[in-house]
Amino acid sequence: MVAVKLILKRLLKGLVIAGPPYIAFTDLFYVVRTVDGISMQPTLNPDGDNIDFVLLNRWSTTDIERGDIISLISPKDPTTWLIKRVVALEGDQVKADSCFEEICDVPKGHCWVEGDNRKCSMDSNNFGPVSLGLVTAKATHVIWPPSRWGTLDKKEVTGDRVTLREQVQRGKVFFGWEQ
Amino acid sequence: MASPFVVLGKSVIYTVSGFSTLYCTLKFIGGFGRCEDVSMEPTIQHGDLVWISPISVNFQRLQKGDVVFCKSPKSPKAIICKRLIGMEGDTVFNDEKGYEEYVDNGQIWLEGDNKDYSIDSRSYGPLPYGLIVSKVALRLWPLSRFGFIEPGKQPANLNEQPAKLNEL
Repeated sequence: MVAVKLILKRLLKGLVIAGPPYIAFTDLFYVVRTVDGISMQPTLNPDGDNIDFVLLNRWSTTDIERGDIISLISPKDPTTWLIKRVVALEGDQVKADSCFEEICDVPKGHCWVEGDNRKCSMDSNNFGPVSLGLVTAKATHVIWPPSRWGTLDKKEVTGDRVTLREQVQRGKVFFGWEQ
Repeated sequence: MASPFVVLGKSVIYTVSGFSTLYCTLKFIGGFGRCEDVSMEPTIQHGDLVWISPISVNFQRLQKGDVVFCKSPKSPKAIICKRLIGMEGDTVFNDEKGYEEYVDNGQIWLEGDNKDYSIDSRSYGPLPYGLIVSKVALRLWPLSRFGFIEPGKQPANLNEQPAKLNEL
């Protein structure tokens, strides 16, 4: 009885001491999370079984470039995280991949995110450009399964759909992307 | 007599644990904040010290009329302080642009109390809920105005969400 009590006490003490550093570490530096869904095929979950684990880098959310894979809070549902690829940054012009093919200016402080699997992805083509404040982390490595262990490379999404900020034709009087 | 290395190790562990606890408390439960904005006058004036409670954001306990700290949609490092006017499903009349706007799923409508000097949802539209940082619960300093933040009056431009057809 005494031994059980001692073990329980030790366990509780360990939890109290190790819990807050763990939460702080996952909030500030790195966190490992699973990937749900098929919107990032073929980069993540290529076989459609939700077993992929990715390492998310939480302190480099300020320097986001085109082609990075990021995780963000869904603008439609604040309790879920999405994982998408950045296609365009502020100032760029994107031709949306919807039935209207309207041309969107990405406003200041926003970015345009898309899944690699364009047919089954809920992304900026549905909800428009997202604010950079919603970005929670940058995905850098695949942790599991071991056969695909490695870094997640940047993939520049070139193509005629994105016009870079330097090449956008604007009128003579231009006040920035304050829309 | 314990070895000095054990003492050193223990003190390092306890220090890290203590600082992490402090960080988690300030980040997730509650802490102090200073408002550097005139858009919420007269409720919160420039330089007021307030008590903020992120816990009510994480557990989705926000109500219409609460004052919240929110990340600015244009620059993720700036924080704005506004009043929550409408939540998902509401229709708000935008008196700057002159038409009604629908607040979609997972979005909110923020407005400042100081209508003339506030850049808020009237100019950049509804914001995603994920941008909210914390609720502002108490005004701490100056002491003469210490107290809870009053929930705002029912705004004139808000249409509550209509009864859903399948509930009738």
